Amino acid sequence: MSSFWSLWIIVLTMVTIIGITWLLFANRKSTNAGPDSTTGHEYDGIEEYDNPLPAWWFYMFVITIVFGLLYLAAYPGLGNFKGFLNWTQVNQWESEVAEAEQRYGAIFAEYRGMSVENVAKDDKALKMGQRMFANNCAQCHGSDARGSYGFPNLTDSEWLYGGSPEQIKMSIIQGRAGAMPPWQAALGDEGIVNVTHYVMSLSGREVDQTKASAGTEKYQMFCTSCHGADGKGNVMFGAPDLTNNIWLYGGSQGLIQRSIRNGRNGKMPAHSELLSEDKIHLLTAYVYSLSNQ
Amino acid sequence: MSQPSEHPTYNYLVVKQFSVMTVIWGIVGMAVGVLIAAQLVWPALNFETPWLTFSRLRPLHTNAVIFAFGGSALFATSFYVVQRTCQVRLISDFWASFVFWGWQLVILLAAISLPLGYTTSKEYAELEWPIDILITIVWLAYAYVFFGTIAKRKTSHIYVANWFFAAFILTVAVLHVVNSAQVPVYWGKSYSAYAGATDAMIQWWYGHNAVGFFLTAGFLGIMYYFVPKQAERPVYSYRLSIVHFWALIAVYIWAGPHHLHYTALPDWAQSLGMVMSLILLAPSWGGMINGMMTLSGAWHKLRTDPILRFLVVSLSFYGMSTFEGPMMSIKTVNALSHYTDWTIGHVHSGALGWVAMISIGAVYHLLPIMFGKKQMYSVSLINAHFWLSTIGTVLYIASMWVNGILQGLMWRAYNTDGTLTYSFVQSVEASGPGYIVRLIGGGMFLLGMLLMAYNMWQTARTSETESGVNNLETAEAA
Repeated sequence: MSSFWSLWIIVLTMVTIIGITWLLFANRKSTNAGPDSTTGHEYDGIEEYDNPLPAWWFYMFVITIVFGLLYLAAYPGLGNFKGFLNWTQVNQWESEVAEAEQRYGAIFAEYRGMSVENVAKDDKALKMGQRMFANNCAQCHGSDARGSYGFPNLTDSEWLYGGSPEQIKMSIIQGRAGAMPPWQAALGDEGIVNVTHYVMSLSGREVDQTKASAGTEKYQMFCTSCHGADGKGNVMFGAPDLTNNIWLYGGSQGLIQRSIRNGRNGKMPAHSELLSEDKIHLLTAYVYSLSNQ
Repeated sequence: MSQPSEHPTYNYLVVKQFSVMTVIWGIVGMAVGVLIAAQLVWPALNFETPWLTFSRLRPLHTNAVIFAFGGSALFATSFYVVQRTCQVRLISDFWASFVFWGWQLVILLAAISLPLGYTTSKEYAELEWPIDILITIVWLAYAYVFFGTIAKRKTSHIYVANWFFAAFILTVAVLHVVNSAQVPVYWGKSYSAYAGATDAMIQWWYGHNAVGFFLTAGFLGIMYYFVPKQAERPVYSYRLSIVHFWALIAVYIWAGPHHLHYTALPDWAQSLGMVMSLILLAPSWGGMINGMMTLSGAWHKLRTDPILRFLVVSLSFYGMSTFEGPMMSIKTVNALSHYTDWTIGHVHSGALGWVAMISIGAVYHLLPIMFGKKQMYSVSLINAHFWLSTIGTVLYIASMWVNGILQGLMWRAYNTDGTLTYSFVQSVEASGPGYIVRLIGGGMFLLGMLLMAYNMWQTARTSETESGVNNLETAEAA
């Protein structure tokens, strides 16, 4: 911050602290005669004594002020003044992370040279992977990794972005952004119903054949570029396979219609900044193990 | 109810209206609190209905207890105290009445808009901008009535209770206007005028001073009138009230950043917030000492007077929570307590133990006067209310301490490989028993309020001769 604002903060802080210190000392002792004499004011029958400040309270006040001043000398607080300890919350965090890395890094580094497939067979590594999963992944994918509405099941063989060790690792490191655009404007209400029937027919469900065939042409026009002409999807875009019974956003007619009408946006956050490479390696192996055992 | 007993000099109508609404809004706000406490035990109690979900009822609960219940108590007592201690009638009956009806309208709009999901998402300032404007207008009217009455007082000095009410009125006006600065999109939606860490800092400058000035300074004003009045003793120390008043208002305004430890808020602001919060301990305790020591020579009255008990126990909770607050503002303590139920417990030791109990005591003092009766219909019911409140509060805060420390320790526990021992949901499961105890404590507190409402109703409708003059003796025997 500029030196003006720095000075502004210092002056305001010191005026406040010095001001209350003066207030405290200036009013410590009673100027009136005895402990039981009142100020002479009377309000609706209420009188006021003018007893001196209790000594323990006075000293407690002084101690907190002294502590405050010492703290402001040691830590950042007075504008740009850094404090003699040179503490910042960022360097506290960094040193704690570095310390943890030093202490635990080797435990994870042990698996660095092993392939994901082999790590996935190591009980100890899986145990560690599971703990990381519980704290980093379970919020969305569930502690049993079976996912929920909008969050993919990781225990089956169906993968939006591919289920090879490399693809899983990439999903964790970079995150994924699934974007299905809304089609209301392009299709209109009737078009949405027709395409929905066609999409449902892809997984072999009974549909209104007239509507489904009316939807075929629109499907070819708008949907094939991501979901493919055969509806098998595309792991390059995370476009789901429409021919099976797995539905990320629900497979009822109404929910499929809603997906087509409004589009869908899925977001898996990137973890490269949150977890070390070695940890992601173990986590990949854990996720891989869920569907490959 | 009986006809309002018009005092020849003072405007008691507005005091009476706000006193009655204090009880009613207290029941409403606390009932919503009990419901959402129950939802944390049995989530199905939201009945899959959007406007019954925790997210919408929680701000309704906080707004109802702080601004409807607490606000009504402050209006009732400040209008009463300013007249009695200045020995003049309120400067304007019209504007006093405007404050009453305006404030009820604000509460009504809050009770409709919050469950419907209209919110600015700023804690304790969730109401959308049209209601914010209405609040500002009502508040200006309030300031006019209060300061106008002070200006035409017949006493030479201004009594200490009025200093606290004055500081509360002025500061809340500034806090409300600055924090509620928003860019409207349409009548039901607006965006904060501030961005990022600045927005967060202004929000907590507001949020903490809502506690400091609305819930502390205002209620210290109540304390300074009703404690010496009920104890019939002089205030302990005039100079102590000077020192702790000026120190309190000078230091409180700095304390907000302790809500934002270890966040994007710059380090210097966090440190200043912590230091000032620690220095705040003594000024806060000044009020407790002055109230407690006022009772010296009158302690025996506690045995027979449950109203005085409410006032004294509220001061004990005030002292406890204003000790706890500075401790929690220390960064290392905050690293454990922040985001846990400890915070909820701390808030309620202030809200139930201090704010609610001193309001209840003051309203029990006011109601018989407002209804022209010697005393409340039943003193033993006041006594029962006292024990329900005290035990309810203790259960509430003890369960939240246990939960908070449990959560804080579970979140930081780690295994020999450095991974975290517990997942978040495990800490939620472990909190279950605490949520049940909290629900019981909150339920007891609500039950006490229902007794109060019954007692109020009976006081209003029973004729003076019927309102058992022997109640005091009965309570003593019980």
